[in-house]
Amino acid sequence: MQSFLEYLKSNVTPGQAGDPLWALIYILIIFGGVSLVVMSMNWLERKALAHMQVRLGPMRVGPHGLLQPIADAIKLFIKEDIIPEGADKLVFWLAPVVIVIAAFTVYIVVPFGPTHAVTDMNIGLLFMLGVASLATLGVIMAGWASNSHYPLLGSLRSSAQMVSYEIAMGMAVVSAVLMTSFAGGSGFLGEIYGTGGANPAGGTLSMIGIVRAQEAQHIWFVFKFFPLGLIAFFVFAVAMVAETNRTPFDLPEAESELTAGFHTEYSGLRWSLFMLGEYAAMVAVSSIAVTLWLGGWLRPFSSWHGPVITLDSYWQGGAVDFVFSLFPALLFFFLALVGFLGVVRMPKHPLFRVQTWGLAAFALVLGGIGVVLLAPPVRDRVQDIFWFTAKVAVFMYLYIWYRGTFPRYRFDQLMRLGWKFMIPTGIAVLIATALVGVLA
Amino acid sequence: MSESTTRTDPILAFEEKKDPTFLDATELVLNMGPQHPSTHGVLRVILKLDGEKVLGTECVIGYLHRGVEKIAEHRTYAMFNPYVDRMDYVAAVSNGLGYCEAVEKLLNVEAPPRAQYIRVILTELNRIASHQLWLGTHALDIGAMTPLFYTFRDREEVLKIFERYCGARLTTHSFRIGGCQYETYEGFEQDVKKFCDFFEPKIDEYEQLLTTNRIWVQRTKGVGILSGPDCKALGVTGPVLRASGVKWDLRKAQPYAAYKDFEFEIPTGQNGDTYDRYLVRVAEMRQSLRIIRQAVEGIPEGAIMAKIPKVLKPPVGEIYHSIEAPKGELGYFVVSDGSTQPYRVRVRPPSFVNLQALNKMVIGGLVADVVAVIGTLDIVLGEVDR
Amino acid sequence: MADETKGSDQPAPPKPSEGAAAASEKPAAPPAATPPAAKPAVPAPPPKPAGPVPLPWESEMVTRLRQRFGSGLQPFTYLGQNYVIADPSIVAQVLQELRDEEQFDYCVDVTAVHYPKREKQFDVVWVLYSFPRNQRVRVKTMIAEAESAPSATALWESANWLEREVFDMFGLRFDGHPDLRRILLPDGWKGHPLRKDYGIIQQDQEWVQINLGIESGQ
Repeated sequence: MQSFLEYLKSNVTPGQAGDPLWALIYILIIFGGVSLVVMSMNWLERKALAHMQVRLGPMRVGPHGLLQPIADAIKLFIKEDIIPEGADKLVFWLAPVVIVIAAFTVYIVVPFGPTHAVTDMNIGLLFMLGVASLATLGVIMAGWASNSHYPLLGSLRSSAQMVSYEIAMGMAVVSAVLMTSFAGGSGFLGEIYGTGGANPAGGTLSMIGIVRAQEAQHIWFVFKFFPLGLIAFFVFAVAMVAETNRTPFDLPEAESELTAGFHTEYSGLRWSLFMLGEYAAMVAVSSIAVTLWLGGWLRPFSSWHGPVITLDSYWQGGAVDFVFSLFPALLFFFLALVGFLGVVRMPKHPLFRVQTWGLAAFALVLGGIGVVLLAPPVRDRVQDIFWFTAKVAVFMYLYIWYRGTFPRYRFDQLMRLGWKFMIPTGIAVLIATALVGVLA
Repeated sequence: MSESTTRTDPILAFEEKKDPTFLDATELVLNMGPQHPSTHGVLRVILKLDGEKVLGTECVIGYLHRGVEKIAEHRTYAMFNPYVDRMDYVAAVSNGLGYCEAVEKLLNVEAPPRAQYIRVILTELNRIASHQLWLGTHALDIGAMTPLFYTFRDREEVLKIFERYCGARLTTHSFRIGGCQYETYEGFEQDVKKFCDFFEPKIDEYEQLLTTNRIWVQRTKGVGILSGPDCKALGVTGPVLRASGVKWDLRKAQPYAAYKDFEFEIPTGQNGDTYDRYLVRVAEMRQSLRIIRQAVEGIPEGAIMAKIPKVLKPPVGEIYHSIEAPKGELGYFVVSDGSTQPYRVRVRPPSFVNLQALNKMVIGGLVADVVAVIGTLDIVLGEVDR
Repeated sequence: MADETKGSDQPAPPKPSEGAAAASEKPAAPPAATPPAAKPAVPAPPPKPAGPVPLPWESEMVTRLRQRFGSGLQPFTYLGQNYVIADPSIVAQVLQELRDEEQFDYCVDVTAVHYPKREKQFDVVWVLYSFPRNQRVRVKTMIAEAESAPSATALWESANWLEREVFDMFGLRFDGHPDLRRILLPDGWKGHPLRKDYGIIQQDQEWVQINLGIESGQ
């Protein structure tokens, strides 16, 4: 028990500490957390999209449709499970499993904070990209096993698309990795942090190491070698949308062309696994983008600490640090406030009584979370996760925004964009980064 | 049940048609429809594909065939009037206008001016509604989800006017042979004017979403090209013809109703591609507004019904009358034998004839283009199958 | 492709039902305009003092056509609409001439009308339009059950589906049509519904039973 609690004080991930129990706990938390995020994304996407499209979105199940994802989940669970007669049963069964496993395995190395990852590998980034592209396999399996034309076409599109955009993505990623080894970074790394995965001599592929490099260099890589970092980030940001098959690159599941693409023949729980996998993958690639270019768990202006102030038994350190440390709690207070405003504005009608009370309770819960977040031990531990999540949330919102704005590319146009624009740009940025890094 | 010799599968029939250009090893026969999200109803297209490239198409239609022309022979002239609304159900007013005018011609009567103006106003409003529905669904087919909701929001305003005028929103049955059944309601003119003012900026809003959207332009420019001579040969009419550069609109070429009183332009395109058809239809919405404004300004007072007998017995004879429906030339060929029921009513549906061009437009394109072209042809299956 | 015209030869038993009753009483209408002199003797309240009559149609074009085809061609005008009645033997040339020489470049519609009491039971009607002249003309010909009309598909591509529809609905054959199949009704259907002897609620029961697996579609 003693050693179990001992870990809380350590400054490495459970994987590095060789602590299987904590690793398991982390895995469970991440699995639950990501599933929760997927569910809330489901609600948020429908709501945000609806408001972009001058409609209300889910309003019936719970206050403002808050319980809609749960209702949907229940519906999908109890739905009849259909496997087409001509389908290859085993592969048909395996495909969604492969996709979900691939999408969730990635999270082993995602650094939500300096210690908040299951483990840190010295090939973390490589592992992440490798496992993420396994999802393509699941898509192909689904398309092939369905023994139907639309899924087949969808999976063909998907494989071609994912393979071509992976190259562009890889180029962008390598240029970010290169940056870890340049100017201001390399020498310090070992001395200051001594993380297991980071190689102080010449850059690192470790996810934690990459963020540490940005911390040590006092710059997010998106701003480094301006505009090179920005271009690489842009290439990645486009490629990641293509990788996750989202609008405007949602050809594999182009609803108006291929009905539902590779998962046309799936229904009920299996179908929901695809959705789970898709949203989990969206969060995963966004995490890569955040880690590589946006400083991972680092808060904005993280090298600026301000004058030291002391609040007895509550805070000891930089004033700016203190202000930023209040953000998580303030966000939850703000959400609670929005919730209470919703309660006030709820129509005063007996039919709305349950909804009103439900919303009020929800707002109270949010406020409660905010209060908990103010407690010093929680506050210090949660900081990193908050900033990381906030950055990922921006990407999630972008995904929704794209969906509300863009039409869909045609297959040849998608390929042309990938091969004739994205890949050359990626290579050019890589070369330029190398040159600038060496010469500077 | 498949042992029967009478059962034929269109897919098999299509596959059997050997064509030397079709390479057996690479082709894939894909059945699109009749239940497919973007075939706008129950159109079934069988595609022969090489990968994603379209080698040939075959339309299987008739899933919505209700025998409207047969029904006409068993109803009186007036009784058949509501049936025509059910053909092109998104432009029911136009259908009714065509039919009523055809029978009026056969009876050799003319609707009074006030009725003509009301007809023009409602028909043009209906044209806008039809184009709005087209724009929303077409954009949705190409993957842009949002315009659908914008257009449906604004279409609601048109439908509200219809509802207030005649109680129905979709299948309006708003005209009668000889004029109009209902006088305009109190505040009709203001409502229509208000709609015009409300809708003009909305067109800009649609255009903002799409006209210069790079993906939209890439998806529609150069897709489904149909040249002017091709259009004429294929009998394609309406905005599709005009987008190919042929400045032909029945409202100008052979004016009917009160159209000769109004000033408006015929928008045309040059390339005859999907993008031009989009621009033409958007421009047509503006022109329709222009016509509506003029009509509301100049609407004359007077009777709304011509003097016609209680029992309609047109003299023996036959007539072909056509109007410019939102989809193209909508013609009625009515044969009378002097009795109370038409001897034959033939409907020349624009969607049916336009759909013929599908094959020519999509060969060599990709699957995604098929969807875009079906959308751009603006077919309504109720009218194709009748 | 089974020989559909044969199938429809035995007139399907007309179903005495409320809907069809009205139809069977209908007088077998006189051919719409063949005897131009026969004034429509409609006793109904005449909407106009003198009921409109098809009048002989005179124009330069008609003169040219007359020169070429002689008496096989009768031009009329009725309520301002012009049409010509051509013999089945020359109708193909008439259509060709209209397209090539007279600029009728748009085939609006092809349709047919059934007159069961007449010897030549079917009117086949081509509605043509000329973009340069902004003029419409209808070409009509009368053919008997066993005869076939010439296909206009080679002249105007638009005639393709229109002729298929006429074949589907009336069982008329078009010579030279590339792909004369049913278009709106299913391929195996028996009977041609727009013929006057086809009842309004009549169906191909056999087809319905085999293909839909139900007793009746009524």
